Amino acid sequence: MKRFLSAAFFFVVLLVLWQAFFRAKIWSPVLLPSPLQVANYLKGAIEDGTLGHATVITMRRLLIGYFIGIVVGLPLGLLIARWNLLRDTLGTTALGLQTLPSVCWVPLALLWFGQTEAAMLFVVVMGTLWSVVIATETGVRNVPPIYRRAALTMGSKRLHIWLTVILPASLPFIVSGMKQGWAFAWRSLMAAEIFVTILTGFGLGQLLHYGRELSAMDQVIAIMLVIVVIGLLADKIFFSPIEKFLHRRWGTSQV
Amino acid sequence: MFRHRTGSVTEELQLVPPSKLAIEDVSKTFQAATGKVLALDHVNLQVNEGEFVCLVGPSGCGKTTLLNIIAGLEKPDNGSVRADGKPVTSPGRDRLVMFQEPALFPWLDVFGNVLFGLKLKPNLTNKDRRDVAKYYLELVGLTRFEHANIHELSGGMKQRAALARALAPNPRVLLMDEPFAALDALTREQLYGDLQRIWKERKKTIVFVTHNVREAACLGERVLLFSPHPGRIQEEFVVDLPRPRDINSVDLAGYATKIIRSLRKFSEEQREDGR
Repeated sequence: MKRFLSAAFFFVVLLVLWQAFFRAKIWSPVLLPSPLQVANYLKGAIEDGTLGHATVITMRRLLIGYFIGIVVGLPLGLLIARWNLLRDTLGTTALGLQTLPSVCWVPLALLWFGQTEAAMLFVVVMGTLWSVVIATETGVRNVPPIYRRAALTMGSKRLHIWLTVILPASLPFIVSGMKQGWAFAWRSLMAAEIFVTILTGFGLGQLLHYGRELSAMDQVIAIMLVIVVIGLLADKIFFSPIEKFLHRRWGTSQV
Repeated sequence: MFRHRTGSVTEELQLVPPSKLAIEDVSKTFQAATGKVLALDHVNLQVNEGEFVCLVGPSGCGKTTLLNIIAGLEKPDNGSVRADGKPVTSPGRDRLVMFQEPALFPWLDVFGNVLFGLKLKPNLTNKDRRDVAKYYLELVGLTRFEHANIHELSGGMKQRAALARALAPNPRVLLMDEPFAALDALTREQLYGDLQRIWKERKKTIVFVTHNVREAACLGERVLLFSPHPGRIQEEFVVDLPRPRDINSVDLAGYATKIIRSLRKFSEEQREDGR
């Protein structure tokens, strides 16, 4: 409770400072709207459904692409860790592509898929996939060999070892890879939405873009806030509990 | 239905006949940084049904390699291992291993670890498996900690959990690789008592590797002295003391002194041979 209060206090101070800067009129109100103006925009956008609609479209792109990235990336990472031939070929490719900022896929995706949902999905998948592949492979390679030996003596074999020993043993790595993949996908999707108008749906990035076009700073800041909140929620609702569980089980330090 | 299920738990907990092990002419070479190392040089060894044998020797004498070969985790270059007449070619749950580091799975709790081997046994219901796991956790005295995470256990408790996990699939042979080496003396002494009791109760053939001579004399009915470079069995001692044995007893110290003398003699001879 005490922690919650001090956090709340921090954000209230932040709002007060913002309001103070607005009042001081250092910058033109066009460039720095007041918290109230931003709140009003948000209220209007929620009421007329713009915000909800854009959020649904963005989240749909993100979640579907992220899901595909994981479903393809996990087995691919396992396969790469299992066979040296794949490690030398696909593994190197994955490592290379992972270093490529996923925004760089946007031009290619547009030429290949045109202004379609497929282009958006492709960018998100590319953001997720390679991080998951690399993390899974690293995780598998870091599994102490003694786990495998212990499982072998208990009668576990091949696929069973992979599913019940190697995979869970590399979970801490896989989860941090999934987290990184999420961050990459989220960033590249926003970039793609800002740069490209896709006629099949307006996402948050596009709202941000039109805010700039119309010099509607309240809209720009409001949408940025929404994007931040979604990022925070993803962390608090999805990743934090998983990480907490892993830390508790493995006994790795986390205060 | 209910009667059938309880029947199969009793069946599962019944004593299985312990194995007789025959190690014949086993050799194994390793490629080390300094060249080839003859880890085992034509080793012959018979272990009787239900016998408790200790392999003792300095580190690098090939005793762990021999244990791994009996387990089926490594293959000999030469010779063979038979368990009850059947050649050992791969790991199998009739010969379970307890490693020096506990090798417990950190993603499972204590109960999940003990259950792991049982899940691989067909013809058991999940309730049976849980009952069997509970039985072994009680046997090693960990009932109160069945849902603890592995990292929350002390070193001694970890090895108890590892022992329960190795016993749970009801193997015929228990292979123990310096399981108590990393523990403090007090914990070790408790475990000596427990292991002797469990060996008597569950009737396993046990091959126990250690570099601690007193430990070997305390636990083994027979103690085999290994010498390194090349790894050979140098001498055999029969420890004829009543059980349960106390590691601090005078009689036991007598046996240990005898073994240590031999150990020194061999290592001195080796030093003279090897410049």
